[in-house]
Order: sequence, then C-alpha cells, then structure tokens
Amino acid sequence: MLQIENLSGGYGDKKIVDRISFGVEKGRMLGILGPNGSGKSTLMKLISGVLEPTAGVVRVDGRPVGDFPAKELARKMAVLPQLHAHAFSHTVRETVSLGRYPHQSGWFSSWSAEDEAAVQEAMQLMDISHYESTLLEEMSGGEQQRVFVAQALAQNAAVLLLDEPTNHLDINHQKELLDTIKKQAIEKELTIISIFHDINLASMYCDELLLMDEGSIVRKGEPHEVVRTHDVESVYQTRVSNHPHPELPKPQITLLPGVRRTPAGLKVKAGDFLVTPEFVAYQSQLPLKTVSSAVVNAGSGWFRNFLNRRVDANYNVDNSYEEMVDYIEDSGLKATDTVAMMTAVRTEHAIVREYAGDFGSIVVAVTAGVGNGVDVSQAVAREQRVGTINTWIMVNGILSDEAFIQAMITATEAKTKALQHEEVIDPLTGTIATGTSTDSCLVAATQQGETLPYAGPITEVGKLIGTGVFECTVEAIHLYREAKKV
Amino acid sequence: MSKSALAYVVSLILLGGAVVLGVTVGTVPISPAVIWNPSSDEAAANILWNIRMPRVVLAGLVGAALAIAGAAFQGLLKNPLADPYTLGVSSGAAVGAVMTLFFGISIPFLGLFTLPVISMIGALITMLAVMGFARLVDRSMKMETVILTGIIFSSFLGSIMSLMIALTGEELRQIIGWLLGSVSMRGWPYVQMALPFVLVGSFVLWLYRRELNAMLFGEERAQHLGVDVKKSKMAILIGGSVLTGSAVAVSGTIGFVGLVVPHMTRLVWGSDHRHVLPLSFINGAALLIVCDLVARTIISPTELPIGVITAFIGAPVFAFIFFRQRRGGL
Repeated sequence: MLQIENLSGGYGDKKIVDRISFGVEKGRMLGILGPNGSGKSTLMKLISGVLEPTAGVVRVDGRPVGDFPAKELARKMAVLPQLHAHAFSHTVRETVSLGRYPHQSGWFSSWSAEDEAAVQEAMQLMDISHYESTLLEEMSGGEQQRVFVAQALAQNAAVLLLDEPTNHLDINHQKELLDTIKKQAIEKELTIISIFHDINLASMYCDELLLMDEGSIVRKGEPHEVVRTHDVESVYQTRVSNHPHPELPKPQITLLPGVRRTPAGLKVKAGDFLVTPEFVAYQSQLPLKTVSSAVVNAGSGWFRNFLNRRVDANYNVDNSYEEMVDYIEDSGLKATDTVAMMTAVRTEHAIVREYAGDFGSIVVAVTAGVGNGVDVSQAVAREQRVGTINTWIMVNGILSDEAFIQAMITATEAKTKALQHEEVIDPLTGTIATGTSTDSCLVAATQQGETLPYAGPITEVGKLIGTGVFECTVEAIHLYREAKKV
Repeated sequence: MSKSALAYVVSLILLGGAVVLGVTVGTVPISPAVIWNPSSDEAAANILWNIRMPRVVLAGLVGAALAIAGAAFQGLLKNPLADPYTLGVSSGAAVGAVMTLFFGISIPFLGLFTLPVISMIGALITMLAVMGFARLVDRSMKMETVILTGIIFSSFLGSIMSLMIALTGEELRQIIGWLLGSVSMRGWPYVQMALPFVLVGSFVLWLYRRELNAMLFGEERAQHLGVDVKKSKMAILIGGSVLTGSAVAVSGTIGFVGLVVPHMTRLVWGSDHRHVLPLSFINGAALLIVCDLVARTIISPTELPIGVITAFIGAPVFAFIFFRQRRGGL
C-alpha cells in the first residue's frame, strides 16, 4: 500500500533522513521508534509530502506521492500532526468537519449526507460527540488530541500517518485511542504509520516496528525482533530490561534507573528469623527479589516480609486468601509487601540454618509435616488433607532468572531425596512419597554481592541449596515425628 | 432559524438601517419617505440621490472591502491583529495612489481604473514584502513580528508619501485630506471605479473560505487536509490586495475597519470563514456608513476625516485583542 524507497531529506543543507526504504502492507500498523532527534518527525513530513525529499520516492498504491493533486492525496492519506496552539476559536464540530475538506469541490458545493455521516462517526469513535459545540480552547490537551484524531478519521483516507497520537493522554485515553485506531485499521483495512515515544505501547499495538537512529533504520520487523534489550539500549543510550507482556505475545521493556537508593551490606542471617508457635517470619530491611508458590503474593516480585503461618489442622476457610491478607494486616505488616504461606505443622519446629560458600551464604528454612505424603509418580485419586512441607531459600547474592528456576528445581530434588531418606510413605500407594499434596517453595535473593548466573546442583550455590534443603528437611521430619509420638 | 441564518438577517437589518440613516440624517434632514417617493420633495431627492447616496454606497463598499480583506488576512496569517492598515498594505496602496496623482499617470486602456489598479499593485507588492521580511525575521511568523514589520513598512511608505506631497505644492491640501481617509464629495464615478474590484476581490476570497478555515490550523495542517497551500495563499493575497487597493484608491487610508469588524463578527458568530467572510462584508459596510455619518455630523458643519472615527474605535479594540491574546490565553 505504502512504499518508501531510498528516501532522504531534511531542512536546508542538513540531511536528517538518510536513504530509508521500507513498505507497509494494507491493513498493517507500523510504529516508528527512535530517540529525540533521530529523524522520526522529519521522515513523517517526507512521507506526507510537507517536506520535499532530496532523493527517493514515496508511493501510495504504486503512485508517487508527488504526482497526486493536494486534494486527491488528502483523500488517500490523513495526517495527525503534533498539537499546536492556535489563535482563533473553533468548535469541535467545525474542527472535525474540516476533515471533509478534500471530499468537497466546486464553488458552491454543499455539505452532503456522506460528509455529515463521516463527521458523526468520527466524533462518536473518539467519544467527543457530546462536545460538539464546545470551543477547542476550553478543552484539555488530551481532549483536543482526540478532536484532531477525529478530524483525521473524518478524512476517510486509506493511509493514516500519526505523530505521537497518545501525546497528552492519560493511560485510559491512550488505550481507548489506540484501541479505536487499531479497530479501524482492522475493520476498514487502514494502513497506519505512527510515531511512538512509548516503546511498550508501540509493541502492544503495532504489527511491525521500525527503530530509527540518526536518520537511518537500525532495525525493522515484528515487535519481538525490534524490542530487544541490546538495540534499545544502544539507540536510546539507556539501560533497559525486556520481559513479556502478561497477556499479549509482545515484548515490553522496563527502564533500569541509573540511581538507586540501596545501601550495600544487606544480608539475610538465620539468627534474624523469628520462630514462634504461631509463625516463622523474616523481615528484611530491603525488599528481596522473590519467586514463590505462596498463598499471598505468589509468583515473582520484591518483598520485605516473609511469613509462614501456622493454621489449625482443621483450618477450612472459603476465602483463605482474604483471611490471610487480614491476618497479615492485623499483624501490622503491609500485605503488598509480604509473601505469606500457611502450614498445619507446629512452627516452633521449623529448621532455619545458614550455609556459607565462597560467594556468600544462603539461609534455608523448612517446616515439614509428612502425614500426607504423596508419590507424585503414582497418580491416584485422593482427598486433600493438610500436611505440608514449606521450603524457603534466601540467597545472599544476585540470581539471574534461570538461577531462580534452577534453585527451585534443586530444592525440590533435595526435598524429595530427604523424603526418600526418611522413608516417608504415601499411605494410599504404599510407595515412597516425593512430597506432600500442598508443598510450597520460595526462593528469595538480596540481588547484592556476587552474581550467580546458575543454581543447578553442581554450582556453588546449588550445592548449598541441595545440602541445606536436604539436611533441614530431614531434621524437620524428625522433629515432626517426635512431636507426633508425644 | 439556524444561527447562521439569524446572523445574516441581523446583519442585513443593521446595514439597511445604516443606509437609511446615512441618506436621511445631515445638515438638511430628509424624510425616509423620499427614498421610495422622490416626487414628494424634488430638492431633497436631488440631495439624497446625487450627494448622499453615492457617499453612503461608497462608504459601504470601502467598509465591506476592508473588512472582508481583514478577515482573510487574519485567517491567512493566523493573526487576529492583521488588517490592511496594521500590515502596511493600505500604505502600499496609498503610495501607489499618490504616485498616480503625483506623476499624473494614466494608462490608456485602464482609463478611470488606472488609480485603483496601481493602488492594488502597490498593495500586493507591500503585502509580499511584509510577509517575506517577517518570515526572514522569524520563521514561525509570530503575531508581533508581523505587526512590527507592518509598522516598519508603513512608516517607510509614509515618508515616501510625505516627500511626494511636499514636492507637489498646490495640490497639497487635497492629497492630505485624501490621505486621512474620506468618502465625501466623491460622487457616482468613484462608486463605479471601486464597485467591480470590490465585487471581484470579495468573490475570490469567498471562493477560498474553506481553505482559510483549514489554514487557521497552520499551513502544514492545511496541506495535510488537501489544501493547495501555495495557490490558495497567492489567491487570497491577490484578492485582499485588490480589495485594499480599490478601497484606498477611492477613500484614502481608513484604518482598523478590517480589524474591528471581523473581530466582532467572530465574537458573536464564531470563526468559520464560510460565514465570517460574508458577514464581515455586510457588517463592514454598515460600520463605515455609520462612521461616515458620525464624521460629518458630530461637529457639523465641519467634517471630520472618517479615518479619525475608525481609529478612535479601532485602536482600543486593537489594544483589547492584543491584551487578550497575550494575557487571556486564547
């Protein structure tokens, strides 16, 4: 639909866009990314024909843009510029109606039903119909932006060029506007090129992205090909990290600030754990990066408080999550800053030990109840009973994402080995249990000190986890069994 | 009745009222009945049709021309302070006119129209020069830059006129009176001289009413909307210059009409050029007829130059718009 071939241009002698070529197919949305001064807006002006290119050509439907009379081009291509101040008052309706200019001709041409319909539809799409006779100057920047998008939509052009359409908008309106534009793109097969400042928004909405720097294309392709840590870091000269969008198969990036208020010397020590008949708790001065299968705040996150709460063996609450959150808040902690699990085991029998290695140390904390052993290899229907092994591993070091997962695997293997060593039996199958039905595991790291890229069983940290979890679990089972005998 | 229809009806009633007042009020009061029934009072009808009516029609044409030209210049430059007078275009036209009188220029096939045509050329050259210079000073053509450039040009052109006047000697008084702006003692020939140009110029501007609407959002935006910016700009400049030139040629430099009328029109009826242009045309005519009436009756039997009255109203309005633009947001 739109072909850009070897396009160069700029202001005066200054060449800002340098031999850029790409194409956008009908119905696709292409996002242009790049730092300030990378030539995004100039490229847009060259495409829209406001700036005369010094070389190269832009084709719409195979025809060079320069060959179109102004009005005919405006029927093919609508442009949303960045917002400007203006000296005269206009109503919303007057402004949107101007979008119909290219469809009107002749000296006395009047407003047709088609014009009216297009204006009404555009105002409806942008949710500004009720502002129809409001003056533009009385509206906020975000509302004005929506008026100009409506103006561009009223043009009914097949190609839409947008220069930072979400400028001035709050996140709700950003989403609404891009949803609307995307929907139009799909329904009416519009071809869209849009400049974005927000890499994440661009990644979410665009089919293709184009990363520019110093007037040239650094990378072009689907979002996963363009939103990559290395390229973004080198183009924007800033540290970023990328991660998947929680719902869409699109990459997102997160800024890594240059300044952090983190005093060094954070260390998790076994002696700082609070072990009482009611709970096992650890409070860290600074948040620890945590991955867990807890009741409250499972998954990954950063937390200061860690709680393993004892509940009665007959604990049966419909909404255990809510009850747990209330419990945390009642203890004077913030639920948003706390990872909490529960166990029916007597928490004063928790084993908390510190293991030192070359890189630093880890702390392992285990509570074990094995009355409910399960051999995971023998899938048998069974009713759920309380009986849990909760394993915590706190690492004084920097764990990579892989290391977090490997730490979990290593800990699980060590736990299973401990059950085997203690000959814990699955009462239903009579075989050796591999765990219990409701085990939880938590790996937390200070993310200070030495970097530990891996935590498999033959790494330094993996060895400590393996030994630590095995020893602590064995001991916890002993204490559990002794307590049962009494 | 729609808002715009109401606007036209109100404006036409005002114009009608102004015309009736203009032809009936004066040192010799005339009954309005004479307008429809000239035989009732032959002498009065004579004054009405041969002295007052051409004067009123001329004032109306000049007011209409200046007002619609002002509205178009303001739209083109996105500048609410622009008008033929503040841009120096009137001075350019005046230089053209004074030159024609001073050198006794008469272009054969133009005849009677030599004066307005040379005034128009003066206006167009000045307009292009002012815009060119303002753009050189400041690419974004800020409001103040354009107006300051207009002042520079009108001062310079004014001095050229003074020089020519100083050199004429005997015709001095006449030219000074003309310079201050007046529609008195012109008669029907002047109406004939101005009428075709006022009509053609206004029609050209009216053709570009939608382009002007688009250009209020900036030239770049207008181009995106499909406006042929270069062509439209040239047409509007020529149309405005034709109007200014013909107005100045018959009445001298009358200031601020092109500023006050479009401003008031926008204030009441909004800034859509499809209506601002014709409404400014009608209201400009009405305003100048009333101003002329005031000019010749306020210290009767002496007549004030009409430019004195328009400046008396216009300068404060100018100050007010300037204040609002700078301090009152938009």
